Amino acid sequence: MKQYLLAVHMVEGEEPQSEDETQQAYKDVDALNAQIQAEGAWVFAGGLHPPATATVVRVRDDEVLTIDGPFAEAKEQLGGFWVIRAADLDEALAWAAKATRACRAPVEVRPFQDDAEG
Amino acid sequence: MAIRTDEIEGYFRREYGRCVATLVRFLGDIDIAEEAVQEAFAVAVDRWPVTGLPPNPGAWITTTARNRAIDQLRREASRHDRHAQAALLYGQEDPAEEVGPVRDDRLRLIFTCCHPALARPAQVALTLRLLGGLETPQIARAFLVPEATLAQRIVRAKKKIKAAGIPYRVPGDAELPDRLAAVLAVVYLVFNEGHTATDGDDLVRLNLCDEAIRLARVLAGLMPDEPEVLGLLALLLLTYSRTPARTAPGHPLVLLPDQDRSLWDRALIDEGQALVRRCLRRNQRGPYQIQAAIAAVHSAAPAAAQTDWRQILVLYDQLMACAPTAVVALNRAVALAEVEGPQAGLAAIDGLDLGSYHPLHVARADMLRRLGRTAEAALAYDAALALTANAAERTFLYRRRRELPGRP
Repeated sequence: MKQYLLAVHMVEGEEPQSEDETQQAYKDVDALNAQIQAEGAWVFAGGLHPPATATVVRVRDDEVLTIDGPFAEAKEQLGGFWVIRAADLDEALAWAAKATRACRAPVEVRPFQDDAEG
Repeated sequence: MAIRTDEIEGYFRREYGRCVATLVRFLGDIDIAEEAVQEAFAVAVDRWPVTGLPPNPGAWITTTARNRAIDQLRREASRHDRHAQAALLYGQEDPAEEVGPVRDDRLRLIFTCCHPALARPAQVALTLRLLGGLETPQIARAFLVPEATLAQRIVRAKKKIKAAGIPYRVPGDAELPDRLAAVLAVVYLVFNEGHTATDGDDLVRLNLCDEAIRLARVLAGLMPDEPEVLGLLALLLLTYSRTPARTAPGHPLVLLPDQDRSLWDRALIDEGQALVRRCLRRNQRGPYQIQAAIAAVHSAAPAAAQTDWRQILVLYDQLMACAPTAVVALNRAVALAEVEGPQAGLAAIDGLDLGSYHPLHVARADMLRRLGRTAEAALAYDAALALTANAAERTFLYRRRRELPGRP
C-alpha cells in the first residue's frame, strides 16, 4: 500500500458559492469521509482556515524568524487535504475524482515518499 | 552460419517491447528491466556470431535478461536493499504461469506508458522508447526536439510511474474506453507527425509512419475484438498507401484529387479495406473506423472524378454525430461541396470557428475559385499562406494562387 496526499486547492478571488452550495459541499465531504473510512483507505484529513491565518517560521543566520504568512503569495492556496492509503495511482485517482466532486475544488494527488507498511 | 551485428540489432528491435514488458512484470521496475535487456543484447553480440542464432531469439533474450537481472538483484540484496529483495521474490515466479485474459505483457506496458497521469509528449516518448525499442536520440530527431529535452522527458515519466505508483495492468472494462482512446491517440499522433513531415531532406530521420503502423499492428494483434483498434490500423494503412503519390518531381505536395492513383500501394489498400469490412460487420461505430471507411471510399475510386462523394458525406455525418469537432465539420463541408456544389460548401464553411486553421482557408479558396470569385480566392490563399510554415505546403499554395485566372 502507498499513501497519497489529496490536496484541495482553493483559488482566491473565485466567485464564492452560495450558502446552500457550501452546506451541500460539507455534507458531501462528510459522506465521502465516511466512505473512505469504511473502505479502510483513511489515514487523516482536515480543512484549513484561510491563508490569512497562516504564520511562517524559518531560520536565517541561525535565528528563528516568525513572519505573518502565508509562505507563497499565490492565488492558489491549500484549503484542506486528505491522506489516504491506496494500492496504486489509479485507486488514488478514483478517490480524488470523488473528492473534487464533493469539495467542488481541484484536487492535487501526490504520492508520499515511503510506502506504508502492510 | 555467420550472423551480423546489424541482424542481431534487428532481432532486438523487434523483440524489445515484448522482452521489456515481460521483465517489468516480474521485476516491477522499468529501469532494471531495460538495463537487463540491454545487457542481454551485449551478450548476444558476443555469443550469437559463434553459436549461431538461437531457435527462439525472443525467448533467449527474455531468459538471458531475466537471469542477468536476478544476478544483479542478488548482489544488491546482499546490501540489504529492501526493494531489490522484493523484486527478487517477484523474479522467482514463473513468467509463463500468468493468469487472466491478457497473456501479452506489452498491453500492460502500453497502458502504463499512455496513462492519463502522464502528459501526451511523455506518453509518446515512453511508448516509442519502451514498446518501439527506439533509442532516445532517434526519437528526439524524429520529433525535432533537443536530445536532452527528450531524455529528460523519459526520465521524468519513468520516475513518476515509480513514485506515484502508476499501475502496470490493463484497465478494467469501465475505464477501458477512455484509456484505450489515449493509447490510440498516441499512435495516431506518431503517425501524423511522420505524415506531415515528409521533407525527404533528412535521410536519417526515422520513419514515424512505419513506427505507428507497427504499434497499431501490435495493438490489433493484442486486442482483436476492439473495433476502434482495427479502425485505427485501417486508417493508417489506407492513408499510408497514398504516400508514393503525395509527391512528384517538382511538386512537393500533390493533393488527393491530383494524385496518380496507379502509384498507390495496392497491398496496403487491400489490407485496409479488409479491416474496414471487418469493422462494418461488427457494427460498433467509432471515430477511427468512420475515418477509415472514408479513406476506403477514396481508395476504391479508380479516378478522383469517380469518387462516391455521397457515401463520403453520409460517413462525415456519422463522424459529426460521434466526434463533432470543427475540423470534422470542415471536411464535411468539402464533401458537401462535391455533392451539392461549391456554394453549399462555402455556406457550411463560413459558419465555422476555425480562423487560424490553414486548411480552412485552402478549402475556402478552392470553393471561391470554382465559383469564379477570383479576387476573394486570392485573399483566401494569402490567409492560408500566412498560417503555414511548411515549405511543401507553401510552394503548393503559391502555385495554386498563381494559377487563378487573370492573376499575376
